[in-house]
Amino acid sequence: MDMPKQEKAERRSTRDTEVDESASTTSETPGATSLDSDVDSILDEIDEVLEVNAEDFVKSFVQKGGQ
Amino acid sequence: MGIETEYGISVIGEPTANPMVASSQIVNAYAGYALPGVRRGPRWDYNEEYPLRDARGFDMSRAEADLSQLTDEDLGLANVILTNGARLYVDHAHPEYSAPEVTNPRDAVLWDRAGMMVMESAARLASAAPGGWPIVLYKNNTDNKGASYGCHENYLMRRTTPFAEIVRSLIPFFITRQIFTGAGRLGVGQDTRELRYQIGQRADFFEVEVGLETTLKRPIINTRDEPHADPELFRRLHVIVGDANLSDTATYLKMGTTSLVLAMIEDQFLAGHDFMPQHPIREMHQVSHDPSLNHRLTLDHGKRLTAIEIQREYCRLAAKYCDEKYGAQVDEQTLDVLAHWELILDRLSADLGSCAAEIDWIAKLQLLEAYRSRDQLGWDAPKLQAIDLQYADIRPERGLAAKLEKSGRLTRLFTDEQVLGAVTAPPTDTRAYFRGECIRRYPEAIAAASWDSVVFDLPGGKSLLRVPTLEPGRGTMAHVRALLDSCPTAADLLTALTATPGD
Repeated sequence: MDMPKQEKAERRSTRDTEVDESASTTSETPGATSLDSDVDSILDEIDEVLEVNAEDFVKSFVQKGGQ
Repeated sequence: MGIETEYGISVIGEPTANPMVASSQIVNAYAGYALPGVRRGPRWDYNEEYPLRDARGFDMSRAEADLSQLTDEDLGLANVILTNGARLYVDHAHPEYSAPEVTNPRDAVLWDRAGMMVMESAARLASAAPGGWPIVLYKNNTDNKGASYGCHENYLMRRTTPFAEIVRSLIPFFITRQIFTGAGRLGVGQDTRELRYQIGQRADFFEVEVGLETTLKRPIINTRDEPHADPELFRRLHVIVGDANLSDTATYLKMGTTSLVLAMIEDQFLAGHDFMPQHPIREMHQVSHDPSLNHRLTLDHGKRLTAIEIQREYCRLAAKYCDEKYGAQVDEQTLDVLAHWELILDRLSADLGSCAAEIDWIAKLQLLEAYRSRDQLGWDAPKLQAIDLQYADIRPERGLAAKLEKSGRLTRLFTDEQVLGAVTAPPTDTRAYFRGECIRRYPEAIAAASWDSVVFDLPGGKSLLRVPTLEPGRGTMAHVRALLDSCPTAADLLTALTATPGD
């Protein structure tokens, strides 16, 4: 999700100086980058537990309505 | 305040299994484990339930009501009260955990997490029962095929607050808070007419602005008026727009920011600040359908603002309100909610990816995008829909949110040990303490209980004895612990209670 979102954030910040400031104070927060750097390892981990037949799994997940 | 969550339920290998039966198996399996030796756990006391009472001041007739609205008919479905003060039962073909009443958002998160642990154990126990099929539970709100089930918040409010003001100030807040409370959904439209990612699980299921229903024609502001407290003084605001969150921070922000907005409404602090959109339902859907957060809502007075801009206004006003009302006396948690609220709005506008450890819809979107890029998948790939569902699988070894938590990619506010404690122990600062402790100490003597009563059935007694608990802030540890400690049996307790009127 990196490239397009990044561009959007930049576009927005040029429009709005207040956002610009906040962007610089929070730029060191991890999150997005932590997934990017070891994205393969988390996907490998998830590959191991993902439902084997995705199509059947999705099709059979049928609920009755609630509140 | 408190949170009630209906869980999605799947019987593996038996897709046509009756979900009411399976949900009952879940509840009964847990009752047998948590309240061993008790032939029949404490029942729910329906004496004070009025599901057709409308906060606007009238009752709907039972004949007009849809069958699904009659929640006070005990259909013989499983229904128990736990020692932590929670209610575990079957509601509309889903197992539901209604957390005990708490006084602050951190505790709301803790006892909501305790509910996930209860459900996880319950599903394991039910699956292991002889002849049982494996049952899996999901903390989500839709099957993407037209059905939705809720995660409701409840807030105690002063009865004197005019309902019209609640409606006017809350609708814009609810529509825009989705940007940090949304749990993410791959699919647009109630029955997924389009495979596109949106922020909220529930958004598309809302069709009117204000109303009594919760199961059809769902309203942004629900007017059900069962205060479960002194009706002269209080109303219970029953909030049905929220998603069931896997992220602790999302739940914390959802409860904390909503409480602050309600406090401002009660104190008329929002007078003169109007963010009502021209078309609330359409805007609710459009905010949810725009993960770029660039959508501008058109307000009644013509201004066009983004959801972030509207939230910034609520956040700024809340900070001002706390400063003016409490000054230096403001409590730490309120300050923490304000700081988190401001920070998350800053980060949402600067870099969405930086919120992935706190916000469910962003965490899930990152996973989906990572799979799309690694495996070259289109949005219509079944694998992506499976990931959307499995994000909410509550089994620690299979759930994707749980996997993200385990590797530190989704922030937790409590350790497993703390959550385990809340599975059995009630909050100490509300009436849930009295309810939970009575069930722990005198399990055989409790016939039933509810939010505002504990009903005793003493051995050899001629009739049931109902102890009302109408005041949510009484029956706390400070009020009743010494009394309970001095009463080894329920009979002693009732003798003591009748001797000291008013407790």
